[in-house]
Amino acid sequence: MNLQLDGHDAYAYTGGKPFDATLPGVVFVHGALHDHSVWILQSRYLAHHGRAVLAVDLPGHGRSGGTPLGVEAAGRWVASLVEASGLRHAALVGHSMGSLIALEAAARLGARADALVMVGTAYPMRVSAKLLELCQRDAPAAIDLVNVLSNSTYAAKPSHPGPGFSIHGSNRALMRRMQRGYGAGNLFLADFTACDAYGGLDAAAAQVRCPVTLVLGARDQMTSPQAVAPIITALKPRVVTLPVGHNLMAEAPDGVLSAIQEVVGTVAAR
Amino acid sequence: MPGSSDPGFDTLALHAGAAPDPATGARAVPIHLSTSFVFESSEHAASLFNMERAGHVYSRISNPTNAVLEERIAALEGGIGAIATASGQAALHLAIATLAGAGSHVVASTALYGGSHNLLHYTLSRFGIETTFVKPRDLDAWRAAIRPNTRLLFGETLGNPGLDVLDIPKVSAIAHDAGVPLLVDSTFTTPWLMKPFDLGADLVFHSATKFLSGHGTIVGGVLVDGGAFDWSASGRFAELTQPYGGFHGMVFAEESTTGPFLLRARREGLRDFGGCMSPHTAWLILQGVETLPLRMERHVANTRKVVQFLAGHAMVDGVAYPELESHPDHTLAKRLLPRGCGAVFSFDIKGSRTQGKAFIEALKIFSHLANVGDCRSLVIHPASTTHFRMDDAALRSAGIGPGTIRLSIGLEDAADLIDDLGRALKAAQKS
Repeated sequence: MNLQLDGHDAYAYTGGKPFDATLPGVVFVHGALHDHSVWILQSRYLAHHGRAVLAVDLPGHGRSGGTPLGVEAAGRWVASLVEASGLRHAALVGHSMGSLIALEAAARLGARADALVMVGTAYPMRVSAKLLELCQRDAPAAIDLVNVLSNSTYAAKPSHPGPGFSIHGSNRALMRRMQRGYGAGNLFLADFTACDAYGGLDAAAAQVRCPVTLVLGARDQMTSPQAVAPIITALKPRVVTLPVGHNLMAEAPDGVLSAIQEVVGTVAAR
Repeated sequence: MPGSSDPGFDTLALHAGAAPDPATGARAVPIHLSTSFVFESSEHAASLFNMERAGHVYSRISNPTNAVLEERIAALEGGIGAIATASGQAALHLAIATLAGAGSHVVASTALYGGSHNLLHYTLSRFGIETTFVKPRDLDAWRAAIRPNTRLLFGETLGNPGLDVLDIPKVSAIAHDAGVPLLVDSTFTTPWLMKPFDLGADLVFHSATKFLSGHGTIVGGVLVDGGAFDWSASGRFAELTQPYGGFHGMVFAEESTTGPFLLRARREGLRDFGGCMSPHTAWLILQGVETLPLRMERHVANTRKVVQFLAGHAMVDGVAYPELESHPDHTLAKRLLPRGCGAVFSFDIKGSRTQGKAFIEALKIFSHLANVGDCRSLVIHPASTTHFRMDDAALRSAGIGPGTIRLSIGLEDAADLIDDLGRALKAAQKS
């Protein structure tokens, strides 16, 4: 689905079903150098089980226009997209950088946010100075490094989006595509700088009205499961830990879906 | 396994795509000789069929053993995924049939395996897919042959029979300027000698029958996607960017930003044409892949010794191997194939078809058969076998002389191979 926000194209995948704003909504927000396709299994499942799904491409990513935004601004953008789509209520699901953006969107939506699911998250989401320097100097090398750190195995089953795909190769190709596709600057640097700069947890948490779930990877080398104490203090979330790395949606697609389903529920109608 | 850098090739050859079996603890990859896989519930079945969950349904579409092979070859090539097929020919057909239909056009190198040429020139033309053949070194011809309905450029990393080295960086640039992908047959080089995706190719296929399996025991193929080609931006591939009625209106390029080609190839081509691989075959190929780095190193080392011997022999008119300065692609080969130019090459015996036949019949270690890439050394005399219906003029136009011999160098002691060849050359001289 294509909308117009702030004068730019705003794309959201609707899960392979026509979008119906009268259904309970679920909004998926991807992380750095990613797009909607990282949520393909979870979003497609929910769209075929009674939910109105919007898996967004953030500004400057994939099919959406504009320039990459900081976390707070991106949260406003997501809240605006929910408004523009006609959804009255929506659960917000975000991964990594997208988890912080989903938090900001949930804060802005207040009572219209049904649930918040933060996947592969940490706070503060510090990025090492060495990685930021590397992505300025040699973005392909930085992508390779982040890709290696994001995947805990070369044999995740049943693979994503299906058998025969290399999760490691697919993730690298997607990050390269996003970096190459944004012609106006260094998207890697913009995204990782946004993660590093975000300091709005307490302010956002004060506005969040919905139940919160954290879905963490026990072998996550990007956002360590040990680095969520401030979030637990601020949001009192339910915590689900899966035996995988940072690329949770690909390494444990069913585990992530189950964690989301427990929050948003599904209906049998297809 | 991942640390702060990618594992090396040898490690991936052993581990990529496989982990100890969670059900049994089996360390080696199990052979899942099961046609189908049990659903947990009706709801689970429906979600698998509708691509809401990943998993196996029916072994024509996917199989756990085949998936290990697919993910391993994808890792070795640096691609996003792969599809195992019944043969290399099935992999080529799957690639073309996914991207092209009646009214489509392909530009292909003239330096192709005969089976690939047959498919393009005779068979696909019967289904409305036309091919223009161009000399692989003629970059202007590649460019000029592209039409508005062209869907694919296609060549071999090392072309048949003269080992023409495909200039993948330049040919892929021509393809990409026109919004068309480049498919390469990488059978002769394997990912150990060349990674075509790093050079600009978009799709790669192998006859896994050859070096990947390496033991002359199976027939199989693998089609790999590099994930870099932007099918949406091209504007030529409605098959990937518009709703597909054969799969609930799925728009493959929306479902997967980098992998729509593989999604459609599996959900249409593999499903409907049925050119799938047996899990037993996949397992045998995996056994070969695990030693691919060791074998390729030895294949190339032996080949260099044999080439050196033949190039200095009085009964030999010429050796077509790109590591020789006499080969027209010598400089290009040094750049694109620094680890070596493979283990299959041709040479010409001075004399007639009679000398060629006498040479073949005098060999004791080399096996006379129609295959390459075996661990055993192989030989064939095209003028008396694969091309026997051609007169000498027709042979010359195909780049084959009456005394042309094709060798596939195996893993035996190089000294024994050289003795065998020397004895056979003497026999040819006396005939």
